Amino acid sequence: MTVLSISSLEKSYGTVRALRDMTFDVHGGEIFGFVGSNGAGKSTTMRIAVGVLSADAGTVTWDGRPVDHAIRRRIGYMPEERGLYPRMKVADQLVYLARLHGLDAAAARRSMERWTETLGVEERRGDEVLKLSLGNQQRVQLAAALVHDPEILVLDEPFSGLDPVAVDVMSGVLRDQAAQGVPVLFSSHQLELVERLCDRVGIVRAGSMVAVGGIDELRQTDERAWVVDGPPSAFASSVAGARVVSSDGSRTVVAVGPSAPDDVDQQLLRAALAAGPVREFARQRPTLVELYRHVVTTEATPAAELEEVSA
Amino acid sequence: MNGSLEISPGAAIRMIAGREIRFRLTSKAFVWTTVALVAAVVLGGVAAGLLADRETPPQQVGLTSEAAGVADQLVATGRAVGVPIETREVDSEAAGRDLLRSGDLDALVTSTTPELTVVVKQTLGDTGAAVFGPLAQQLALGSAVTDLGGDPASVAADIASAAPVVTSLEPAPSVDGAQIIAGYIAGILLFLSLMTAGQLVAQGVVEEKSSRVVELLLATVRPWQLMAGKVLGIGIIGLIQIVAVVGSGVVTAFAFGLVDSSSLNLGVTAIWAVLWFAIGFAMYALVLAALASLVSRQEDVGSVISPVIGLMVIPYIIGISIAPWDPDNPLIVWLSYVPFFSPFLMPIRIALDAVALWEVLLAAALCLALIPVLVWFAGRVYSNAVLHSGGRIKLKDALRGAPLSASPS
Repeated sequence: MTVLSISSLEKSYGTVRALRDMTFDVHGGEIFGFVGSNGAGKSTTMRIAVGVLSADAGTVTWDGRPVDHAIRRRIGYMPEERGLYPRMKVADQLVYLARLHGLDAAAARRSMERWTETLGVEERRGDEVLKLSLGNQQRVQLAAALVHDPEILVLDEPFSGLDPVAVDVMSGVLRDQAAQGVPVLFSSHQLELVERLCDRVGIVRAGSMVAVGGIDELRQTDERAWVVDGPPSAFASSVAGARVVSSDGSRTVVAVGPSAPDDVDQQLLRAALAAGPVREFARQRPTLVELYRHVVTTEATPAAELEEVSA
Repeated sequence: MNGSLEISPGAAIRMIAGREIRFRLTSKAFVWTTVALVAAVVLGGVAAGLLADRETPPQQVGLTSEAAGVADQLVATGRAVGVPIETREVDSEAAGRDLLRSGDLDALVTSTTPELTVVVKQTLGDTGAAVFGPLAQQLALGSAVTDLGGDPASVAADIASAAPVVTSLEPAPSVDGAQIIAGYIAGILLFLSLMTAGQLVAQGVVEEKSSRVVELLLATVRPWQLMAGKVLGIGIIGLIQIVAVVGSGVVTAFAFGLVDSSSLNLGVTAIWAVLWFAIGFAMYALVLAALASLVSRQEDVGSVISPVIGLMVIPYIIGISIAPWDPDNPLIVWLSYVPFFSPFLMPIRIALDAVALWEVLLAAALCLALIPVLVWFAGRVYSNAVLHSGGRIKLKDALRGAPLSASPS
């Protein structure tokens, strides 16, 4: 199994420590979402992974080999601040980048045609990049990352500023790439999107990975909670170990601790029905947004522990 | 699934240079600058040609029948002093005076013995005096020789061939007008083209840095390849431009016969101008590429390259203000061997024909010997600085620092 492995990266800019022991893996065929507040170290990590920045310590390996120039040229990279010649035509630009990656002229042209069509910018091939809308520039930027048929994708904020249709197009492309066995690492602040698209998520805070895992894994909490709509909240007191977390009109959130029996949900439902008609009874899991808020606001959680959980 | 193959450094440099060339050749700025320069050179040549062709109209001299015998001698004297003369016989002195008054004649010779007698409307004027003075002396000498029983023709021949034997201890270089103009043009052209091409390199480096396209490019090519391709591509563009300008100048000069009477060796001057462009460009482009890589915004290019631009202005000013008037000035001679100065000064000295071939070759060799050092310097600074975005990097940090693109270890 091919794996892009980021281990123990350290990086300081002067006195600012940008990365401390940044460690995670992205497997082939997996879409890995990289989230964290601005300045948490996502871009720094990605720039080190693609080799445009050197780490103070730590390694980046692909299939167990350190990422060197030969591997780097097989990475498709989308930098955060984008990078295309503003005054060069879209088609010329993509063909040029493909040729520099070793495609012959005909293959480079075919690849340019394929990706501009897939990403819906085929009408813009003859335009200079600076004449395109921001959304279209971004599509071209993704095409530039894909045009040499990379084995690894590293995309810094590929979705920022895209309209919903473009988001769908780009999500589709990332899924296709992952389906072909490419590891896809991307960063985003659009957490719903990350939740929907990613196989695994890494949450970064202050230069370290504080939570890594599958979405469901991360949403797994010691406490279990349900939303009950209908009966007054007092019904919960008849179930041992249950407590009311919140109550808003007819909606009540009830939680139980880790020691509660497996069928506690059935007990809760029966108690609720006994107290009155139940219109909704649903397990409540934390969303990625809630997890994220929890993780980035709590004091340093030992990253190693979470790493154990998710590994 | 993987289409990426390792490409050779040569192929990478060719592709990068090719992009520069295609991009510049299709840019309006480049095309119009070249057209303007060529037009300036051609029009300047045409203007010079027209001025040179405007010969003084021949002086019309009337001769009465008594003076008709002096016609050939008059024309010959006129030719000797550079005044073209046309003679015509007039029926009588009175008829000749009428022609003088109407302006059809410039002078009327009425008799040659005992004295040369000339009638004019107002004054003889400088050109007239230049012809009739010597003519009168010749006639007087001729009659004196005849009186003494000699042959005036053989005496005239002896006089004509008599010349002093001059030995010069410190011969001053003879520089004619065409050489001075060529010296000026060589100086100005080299300065303009090196300045323009050098700035294109600097702007090109920062364009890639500021647009971050360098991050994509350096994932597949090495920094030195990117820099070499850019310098090579813009150098070829600059060569195309200077060959076009110099070539059109040479063609114009030959078409109008501008250098027929000059000792200017136009072909040699033109070829050396192009060669010195190539040498000068290689040196300045490497330094400018390295310096430009220290900054990330086009606004900062000016400040970081201004010391080098200043370095270009010095030899240019010295060259065009001193060399044409004093080609052997020691300052000019010595500075023309200094590597960063010789690309400006040597072409001027060559145009003035004030330099021996070995001197030119020595200066070129000094420059070429420095180029490997510049390649090392520029490669190191560029590689260390080009991926560093944000503020300006200090030159010594870029020279010292570990390459930022090195893989983490």
